[in-house]
Amino acid sequence: MSKPDLIIHDEKDNVGVVVIETTKKGQDCNAWIMENDKTVNVPSTNNVPLGHKIALKDLKVGDTIFKYGHDIGKVVKEIKKGEHVHVHNVKTKKW
Amino acid sequence: MSIPKSFLGYKRENGRAGTRNHVIILPVDDISNACAEAVANNIKGTIALPHSYGRLQFGADLELHFRTMIGTGRNPNVAAVIVIGIEPKWTKKIVDGIAETGKPVEGFHIERSGDIQTIMKASKKAQEFSMWASEKQREECPLSDLWISVKCGESDTTSGLASNPTVGNLMDKLEPLGVHLCFGETSELTGAEQVCAKRGATPEAQKKFMKTWSDYNDFILKEATNDLSESQPTAGNIAGGLTTIEEKAFGNFQKIGSRKFIDVLEPAEEPKKGKGLYFMDTSSAAAECVTLQAAGGFNIHLFPTGQGNIIGNPIEPVVKLTANPLTAKLMSEHVDCDVSKILSREMNLDQAGDKLIETTLKVANGRLTCAEALGHREFVMTKLYRSA
Repeated sequence: MSKPDLIIHDEKDNVGVVVIETTKKGQDCNAWIMENDKTVNVPSTNNVPLGHKIALKDLKVGDTIFKYGHDIGKVVKEIKKGEHVHVHNVKTKKW
Repeated sequence: MSIPKSFLGYKRENGRAGTRNHVIILPVDDISNACAEAVANNIKGTIALPHSYGRLQFGADLELHFRTMIGTGRNPNVAAVIVIGIEPKWTKKIVDGIAETGKPVEGFHIERSGDIQTIMKASKKAQEFSMWASEKQREECPLSDLWISVKCGESDTTSGLASNPTVGNLMDKLEPLGVHLCFGETSELTGAEQVCAKRGATPEAQKKFMKTWSDYNDFILKEATNDLSESQPTAGNIAGGLTTIEEKAFGNFQKIGSRKFIDVLEPAEEPKKGKGLYFMDTSSAAAECVTLQAAGGFNIHLFPTGQGNIIGNPIEPVVKLTANPLTAKLMSEHVDCDVSKILSREMNLDQAGDKLIETTLKVANGRLTCAEALGHREFVMTKLYRSA
């Protein structure tokens, strides 16, 4: 059981959360999926700080972001696998 | 771990038990704060609870004011109460509500005698109450005398990953032992409202929850001038990696573990359906929410934080936990329980839940929380609308 760089809540999720102080640009991150205890590898395109999210696949404008296996918002700017996912490219569907 | 079956608390006249033994000086209204603070300054072992409201309120807003005042006085963490208001009628209403518990309570009003006379009379009574309360000893109380409220703050993604699920793990372990539990934060369930509603134990509880959430959401939509960015999520949430209210809501929701709620409470309402988990309609602002839960009778609070919320409450001890290793390191004086090793997989949720139970019981038995040691006494009334 190695120390993960990213944690993914659910197998359905398309984002993972950075759990180390920061990822380094180009880092091959070790990601642990909590739901099924699997480990996958995800590249980090940017330096992404603790607690922030990284895309697990390419996402188009209008796509839904899934975390906890649930809808947490919509993509408003194209995101490539490995890129930082946050308020600059994702918005709420609620307010 | 085997969970202790009891804690050391203060037994009260009405059969409840307190984790604290406060004598409070409760102002009915904003203009009585000075008097209440003077009494608390005169008499050691008492604390004043100044606040900003209590004049010209009406309707549901006034009812909530009374419920919060009376509920605060009734809380089993309070041994005795001095109530001070500008005029006698509302002062007496609050005194009578508190007196039902059988605890010592006395009211004073300032009109027609002035601050100085009132301070003198109230101080004499406060001295008597303080010395009486100081004789109370902690006694063994069943674990089911714990009424635990929860609310998270300055959350980040580590809250939803680890500190909130730690609280959920504690709920899953303690609910079968007969404790009362309470979660709130109506607006911060937005996005997870359907999933949350399904946790209602009965169709009535589910319906009541959806109505409560819809009313709050309608109010937000009516008043909103933008997408609420930096209000919900807050700038602190965003700095910590939370992007949308939906993401925050699913993280928030982890606090109830796999429990079902048996009823939906009005703000500051005392639960009446016995042991189990309740949802209370509250603001998501930390001090407002904890003040309402304390007024509902909850005697110990669990507060997971991500980026480092520092809140305390004057009568209900607030136990803080974090899973964010930077917060645990940089703000250690605010952290009662560090569960950050969950993120590095050096601790699992079961171990974290046990650690939180141990911390909770230590605090219930009398250990000061970080917030208590640092003097955090945020007492914040919820106001529903403008006064008349």
